[in-house]
Amino acid sequence: MPTPDAGILSRAPAIIAALRAALPQDAVIWDPEETRAYECDALTTYRCPPLAVVLPRTTEEVATAMRICHEMRVPVVPRGAGTSLAGGALPTADCVIIGTMRLREMLEIDTANRFVRVQTGVTNLSVSGELESHGFFYAPDPSSQLACTIAGNIAMNSGGAHCLKYGVTTNNLLGATVVLTTGEVVELGGAEMGPMGLDLMGLLCGSEGQLGIVTEAVLRILPRPEGARPVLIGFDGAEVAGECVARIIRSGVLPVAIEYMDDVCLRAVEAFAHAGYPDCAAVLIVEVEGSPEEIDLQIARIREIADALNPVEFRESRNADEAMAIWKGRKSAFGAMGRLGDYICLDGTVPVGQLPYTLKMIGELSRQHGLEVANVFHAGDGNMHPLILFNANKPGDLEKAEAFGNDILRLCVDVGGCLTGEHGVGIEKRDLMTKQYDGPDLDIQMAVKDVFDPRWLLNPAKVFPLEVSQPWREEAATR
Amino acid sequence: MIADIPSRAGLAPASEAELGALIADRRSSGQPLRIAGGGTRTQTDHVPGEALSTAALSGVVTYEPGEMTLIARPGTPLDEIETMLAAEGQAFAFEPADMRGVLGRNGAPTIGGMVAANASGPRRLLAGACRDHLLGVRFVDGQGRVLKNGGRVMKNVTGLDLGKLICGAHGTLGVLTEVALKTLPYLPDRCTLGFHGVTAHEAVAIFSAALATPFEVSGAVFRDGTAWLRVEGLGPQLGYRRDRLLGLIQTREAEVLDATATVTLWRELRDLAHFAGSDAPLWRILVKPSEAPAVAGALAALGGVFSLDWGGGLIWYCGPGTAQEVRGITRHATLVRRGGLTGPAFPPEASAVARLSAGLRQVFDPAGILNSGLMDQ
Repeated sequence: MPTPDAGILSRAPAIIAALRAALPQDAVIWDPEETRAYECDALTTYRCPPLAVVLPRTTEEVATAMRICHEMRVPVVPRGAGTSLAGGALPTADCVIIGTMRLREMLEIDTANRFVRVQTGVTNLSVSGELESHGFFYAPDPSSQLACTIAGNIAMNSGGAHCLKYGVTTNNLLGATVVLTTGEVVELGGAEMGPMGLDLMGLLCGSEGQLGIVTEAVLRILPRPEGARPVLIGFDGAEVAGECVARIIRSGVLPVAIEYMDDVCLRAVEAFAHAGYPDCAAVLIVEVEGSPEEIDLQIARIREIADALNPVEFRESRNADEAMAIWKGRKSAFGAMGRLGDYICLDGTVPVGQLPYTLKMIGELSRQHGLEVANVFHAGDGNMHPLILFNANKPGDLEKAEAFGNDILRLCVDVGGCLTGEHGVGIEKRDLMTKQYDGPDLDIQMAVKDVFDPRWLLNPAKVFPLEVSQPWREEAATR
Repeated sequence: MIADIPSRAGLAPASEAELGALIADRRSSGQPLRIAGGGTRTQTDHVPGEALSTAALSGVVTYEPGEMTLIARPGTPLDEIETMLAAEGQAFAFEPADMRGVLGRNGAPTIGGMVAANASGPRRLLAGACRDHLLGVRFVDGQGRVLKNGGRVMKNVTGLDLGKLICGAHGTLGVLTEVALKTLPYLPDRCTLGFHGVTAHEAVAIFSAALATPFEVSGAVFRDGTAWLRVEGLGPQLGYRRDRLLGLIQTREAEVLDATATVTLWRELRDLAHFAGSDAPLWRILVKPSEAPAVAGALAALGGVFSLDWGGGLIWYCGPGTAQEVRGITRHATLVRRGGLTGPAFPPEASAVARLSAGLRQVFDPAGILNSGLMDQ
């Protein structure tokens, strides 16, 4: 991270005083004991307490805080629930965090027009919770959905296991109230199935807090399916499991989720959750939705496809308990891996057809780097999550794991994929951006940031490689 | 009233590099360019500058049915691509319309034009718009720079999503040189339920009821006193969904169309056959579905006719209302067929939004040479 600005640090008392004077008493936190709670997000390797934390309750309060920071030239790090895995909400010592977690109102539920309007500090899962009695739900379902908020989902364009069928945040976002860096409030989109004019909301979604802070959102909602049921299919090779995924997709059956776990992951999960998974090279969990008859029909087709590929096991869930047992291991995979040691969770995406080759190459890289890796991912869309195991107490091991991770992400780009499918760039993949994008490709993205944030105060040192963005930041400092 | 679009006349660069050099040259001399694919979607007659065609930037780069991914150059005719997808049992789920009948054009719709216009038909309701299926783009901006964004994979949050900006910008931010799109299975099993003799108000009530079910209704259009619902599904799934919907909506006797009749009907509905063969002004208006009957009623009171798509979320209004009258009734109105009306085709933006849009145009096309003024308000 860049060295904190000594000028800003020396003005800290004045900055805090200005924020306190303009905002409710409990909205500003500056005591070092308390700001420490905000020193990192879910990428805990890097930590740095911010200068102050602002926790507004309204759009107006967010705007006030933004205006003050802009006038006083203080960097702002937007923060939702702090579940980013890429350091997207990592503070700097000279920044003010503006958190959205107190913006918790459900503003409007309109099932006739199939949308809800929410303040963006509501959690992802609570939106669906509020809709349950109406027979509707909100589709994007990141694994952190119990904790993560809509603001963070929009910033990262979050996805989840069920995105194969329902898309990610950008596909389910209709409108946004955005506070710009100057404190100006802008409405983008609305309850209509827009956009009209340039799709600024599409640009904002997934921009990782580089363009503004979204305080309210209009979300598309969908009727709840009648039912859902998973099947578990075990294979004795990665290649044949990958082939099964491709054949299912081509058959016309569109499952809501196709999840993949490899043998390293399976052994860890089994030891932890005792889910009764088969001992084999790869397991797929395929979930389909519909009425009981529709589900039977789809599962019969999937069975036919799988049988032709000689699975080790094909396990159908016949009731809710059996369905839960199938999901249990997958849902506890990350926790189970944690028991084996420390790990880095990667997030590259590859074309589905490249999955077998990529898995093979990851195995080779694992041998080269001398670190074990487990693979668990959303196979339907090629979004891989290799987990690299290392020992945080062993000097040099973290650096080794990071180097291995970088090699895997480069591999993802080389086979036609990308650096991040759903976690975002943050600080984690910032310096790899030049692998995926050439100079002009990054330049135009930074020029777009300039339009929204001419002083480059929003979420500094994220997304764009420091070296590449240096001239832009220097130029911005003169504005 | 067939208008010739000089798709092969004028400038037709044959490569990305050639296009880049051409635009860089025009940028320095400040000479505007009027960009067209097949010239079938957007009226650009009033746009100044020499015609620039993407016809020579043609051909499919890759198509991977097992990955549901297609990459093509912008000038590739859409019907060629749709035929190729159909041979693999796939399609673009967002069902782009063919606007030739409505706009009185005789060019060939291209995949670049489809993306530039974010063209999305009745299935948008279920499957999302063109922009939701766009995975990546290559384009030349107004400075002649060859740029790329996104990629060819389903999930990608690497950097800012410029594809969303390009999609629907009608060539005003850059000229596409490659588009990557998601394809989806196209299932042969489908039927249509027609509820005849209903008002717009009743139609929207039928749509809202149907769209609150989990039966994945893939089309909800009201035209000429009939509410049409399209139902899809795998084999027995289709019958189940149809029967449940019929059970739910018992207010009217329903006509049920088979798969073949369904394909024919929805092609007509998609392409707005009912508004073809005229050159009266045609407006595309976005509303909340529940507001559609009142808005459409007020428009019809100006004279002319309307139809509804997207369960009421999209109003097509064809009539003599002036721009001021139409925009006085509803905010989100775009003039698709000018029919002699002058002035901006796109609805006005709030000042802060307009300033951001203008800032972005300055970034992509500082000299203002690409389809200059086409989207101005």
